[in-house]
Amino acid sequence: MKISVQTEDFDHDAECAALGQGQGQGQGQGQGQGRRDIGAVASFVGRVRETGDVTDDAAGISGMTLEHYPGMTEKALAEIVEEACGRWAVIDATIIHRVGELAPGENIVLVAVASAHRGDAFAACAFIMDYLKTRAPFWKKEKTSAGDHWVDARESDDRAAAKWHP
Amino acid sequence: MNVHILYFASLREALGASAERIDLPAEARNAGALRDHLAARGGPWQALAQTKNLRVAVNQTMTTLDAPVQDGDEIAFFPPVTGG
Repeated sequence: MKISVQTEDFDHDAECAALGQGQGQGQGQGQGQGRRDIGAVASFVGRVRETGDVTDDAAGISGMTLEHYPGMTEKALAEIVEEACGRWAVIDATIIHRVGELAPGENIVLVAVASAHRGDAFAACAFIMDYLKTRAPFWKKEKTSAGDHWVDARESDDRAAAKWHP
Repeated sequence: MNVHILYFASLREALGASAERIDLPAEARNAGALRDHLAARGGPWQALAQTKNLRVAVNQTMTTLDAPVQDGDEIAFFPPVTGG
């Protein structure tokens, strides 16, 4: 399992290839030398949209600042992954969430889940994103020509997370 | 002994403060009572009482305003999260 909160970008393909490869990823282990029981990898990448959530400004947003709660963020993400592992047959998972200044088109978040079959991978990936949206302490501030705005939480995100409750 | 209080995002900006340490007031037995104590400072601190759906974490775990607090705790107040 890999959880990272970082300012730098991530490489989706490299992160997916590293699932199930253990800690030695990128140190001479070629693909296929890791676990052979992974039959499915589901991934989600969230990016900065030019059309923001807050503004109706046709010019859209020029950038975004991601704030987080160091210490709690990593703990909250680890708990979400742990809960996903309790619900589905997850072999490996990676969450990378960027913080700091981001421009439209840039990556914000990666969730990638490896399992034996697609059902577990799809479900666990969607669950992790839905819980991340409502439980991990990140906050977005959009920059627009009309000024900066903190993004409001969406009720639709609460509903998406609530559908996983028992 | 005291408590470490953290503020994030729009609340941090409204208060003009990201963190402080205070002696835990005797009446602040839970996070909500601590919130009320801080909001009673008036001025910008009223934002603590006015923030819609204020969230609280005690020792880095999201909880509710009726959660007990005690000396040595790290207590964070923030608006609903918007990551992802």
